[in-house]
This record gives sequence, structure tokens and C-alpha cells, in this order.
Amino acid sequence: MKNLISMRDLDKADIIKLLSTAEKIESGELKINIEGKLAALLFFEPSTRTLFSFDTAMKKMGGKSLIMTGTGTTSVSKGESFSDTLMTISQYADIIIQRSPIEGAARYASEVVDIPVVNAGDGANQHPTQALLDLYSIMKTQGTLESLKIGMVGDLKFGRTVHSLCQALADFQPEIHLISPTHLRMPQHILDDMDEKEINWKEGERLENIIKELDILYVTRIQKERFADLDDYKKVKGSYILSRSMLNDVKKNLKILHPLPRVDEIDTDVDATEYAYYFPQARNGVFTRQAIIATLLGEV
Amino acid sequence: MKEMKVQRIENGTVIDHISAGKALYIAQLLHLAESSLFVIGSNLQSSKLGKKDIIKIENYQLSEAEKQSIALISPSASFTEIKNYNVVNKAQAVIPELIMELIVCPNHNCITNKEIMSSCFKMNPRNMTLQCAYCEKKYTIDEVTFKKLL
Repeated sequence: MKNLISMRDLDKADIIKLLSTAEKIESGELKINIEGKLAALLFFEPSTRTLFSFDTAMKKMGGKSLIMTGTGTTSVSKGESFSDTLMTISQYADIIIQRSPIEGAARYASEVVDIPVVNAGDGANQHPTQALLDLYSIMKTQGTLESLKIGMVGDLKFGRTVHSLCQALADFQPEIHLISPTHLRMPQHILDDMDEKEINWKEGERLENIIKELDILYVTRIQKERFADLDDYKKVKGSYILSRSMLNDVKKNLKILHPLPRVDEIDTDVDATEYAYYFPQARNGVFTRQAIIATLLGEV
Repeated sequence: MKEMKVQRIENGTVIDHISAGKALYIAQLLHLAESSLFVIGSNLQSSKLGKKDIIKIENYQLSEAEKQSIALISPSASFTEIKNYNVVNKAQAVIPELIMELIVCPNHNCITNKEIMSSCFKMNPRNMTLQCAYCEKKYTIDEVTFKKLL
């Protein structure tokens, strides 16, 4: 594995190996030392959690990070081409970790530079490190990734984390329930992918109809920045809010995941329940990203 | 005696078995109106297709990229090279698995529309959909634009 760009590029063996590495890092069985290695964190789109998570992952293994956020402080704002920016940065760093609002930007970066590239999100397309940390969280809480009932609720159209997660689950025989307003449905190309992989998926508009059957409920935010028209955003903003009362009679092993940040789609009184797992999920992101970085740097 | 509906050419290329209605689009794609001597037959009877179009172009050889574009527009097309009124080469259109540079990605937010670079699409022959290798969006042939038309 030279880069991590899309979940489409990983097979089941790759996924299991990465998750197993993350598990060994978390337990302390595997200690990675990347002292002297430098990651360029190029975040052309706002991010707090993903950026900090990668930075933490580097530092916990003894490495360091160069952090660039937005384009205002770079030569991109002076008219430099994206490829020139990448080529220059690749002369300093050992690995590029990139978030961009432009879809396909990470794939392109991986073709331009010789050092490994990690896609930390490209527009509404892919977010493979989030998908891997989600899988890690599912595996930790359920003890398996096989044959689980997984509900995804909220903005399934623009939420790239659910796109990547559907692809990540493809080899594990899940039953996926997609719950969203009609105009925020999962894109057809992801549904087609699931059909090709013979994944059992269903669509619905009401969470109450399915929540009692689920092992995992993956909640996503309705993302304001994905709407061209603010009125369209306001229309769907309050939809699909998970409240504590909806958790009566759910399965004991149910865990609620969320890529964060949360706005109002999960009531805060859910946080104290045994089902809430979104904060430990964020912690799992560090172990998973340590495993990804270590693998791409040839340390595993 | 059967009437010749589309006249013979001495040297050049015949694109036959084009899906009915697609010949004008292909002629436009090849920029034939600008410099070539060519004839088009539309909605001709065909035992294979029911109806078909045909284009005969004098003193013109198709490039591989042009053959690929035509194959995508009309997978049933065939290409015949003519010299001194004789057939010297005949080939069926082949749909490529990887299509480089020929297609503009309809996704305005795709990197291929932001940087000076080649587009790349993967063809799924099972459902005839094209997937952008960069933004990963899928399209039918009718949804994409070919670069030469720009």
C-alpha cells in the first residue's frame, strides 16, 4: 500500500491488517518510532478533529507535523499551480495528509508526488481514514465486523463519511439501512456499488421503524457548507434528531457512532447512555491513523 | 437492382453500423464539416440493427482516440479502410476499459476540471457506465461531453 486515497482501493485483507495494527498500537503490543519523520498536513478545507487526530497520531509515534490550513497563507493564493505546491512540499515532508474541497484532489496529489499521500477528505467524495476508524470502532464494540445490522441516518447525500463507510463494509456482509430525507438520499453510484457487491441495503425515511433492530446507528450532521441555498439547509436542519426516548427497547449491544462535530442531531442526554460511543470513536481515530501512517511509511 | 443510397468512396474510411441517429453527432465530433469530403446516410435499413447510420469520409484515417470515442457513442460501429475502391482493413468498434483524455467530467468540482491534466474514466461494460478515476462519480455516455466538441 503506497497511498490511502479511497476505500475502493482496499481489499478485505488490507482492511483487516490495518485494523489489527491499530489494535496492537492501542494495546501497546506494537510500538512504532518514527522520530525524524515529518508529515505535511495540508488542509485546504476547515477541519479541527481530523487535523488534530493526524497531528496527535504523528506525535505519539515520535514524528512531527507541518500544518497548513486554508489557501490564504500559501503560494496557491499567488496563482501557483496545485501540482507545484505539492511538489515543493514533498521535498520537505515524508508523507502528505491532505484535505481538499475538490473531489479527486488526493488521487491527483498521489500521482504528482513520490511520497505517500493520505486522503483526509476530498469534497463530497471519500474520507477513507474516517471509514477505517469507524470500522475499528464497530469491531471493538461488536467483537466482529461480519453480518451486522447498520443504520445510517441524516445527510447521506453530501456526507462523505457514509459513502466511504458503505464501501468499507462491503466485504463483511452487512445489512445496511439508509434513513434520510428524500433529497438527501445516498447517491446512486454508492447504491450501485453496493448492488455490485451484493450488499443487502434498504432505504427509509423514519428512524423509529428500524432502530430496535440495529447493532450500529451511524448518525451524520446535515452539513450547512454543502448547501448552495441557505433556505434548503433550513428546511432539513432539524430532521432526524436522535432523542433518549427513541432508545427504549433497542438491542443491548447497540452503539451510536457519529463522525463529529455534532450540532443538534443527537440530544445531549443521549451522551450518558451506554449506547453513546461517539467520543471513544474519536479516540479510536488516533490509533487507526497511527496504523495508517506507520504502514505507509513502511514501519509495519 | 438495389439502389446505391450512399455513394462509394475511392480512398478513405467508412464508419458503418452506427446506431441510428448518431451519425451527425459523430461527424460533429470528428469536425468533418470543416475540411473533409464526406457523406452521411441516416436511418438506412440494416439486418443487424434494424436501422443504422453510415458515414463515408474521403482521404481520412481515424486515429485510435477517434475510434474509441465512436465506440463509446455507438458500440455497434465498424470501421472499414478503403484504398482504390477496395477494402484493405475492417474492424469492429472496441469499447476501451480505460478512457484517457477524451471525456470531460460533468462534475464541476472534480479536480480534472480545476487543474491542467488528463481526465480518466473506467468503463463498466456490464451497464455501460463510465466512472471518473478521480472524483469517482459514475455517468452514462449520454451524460458526458467529449473533449473535441468543446
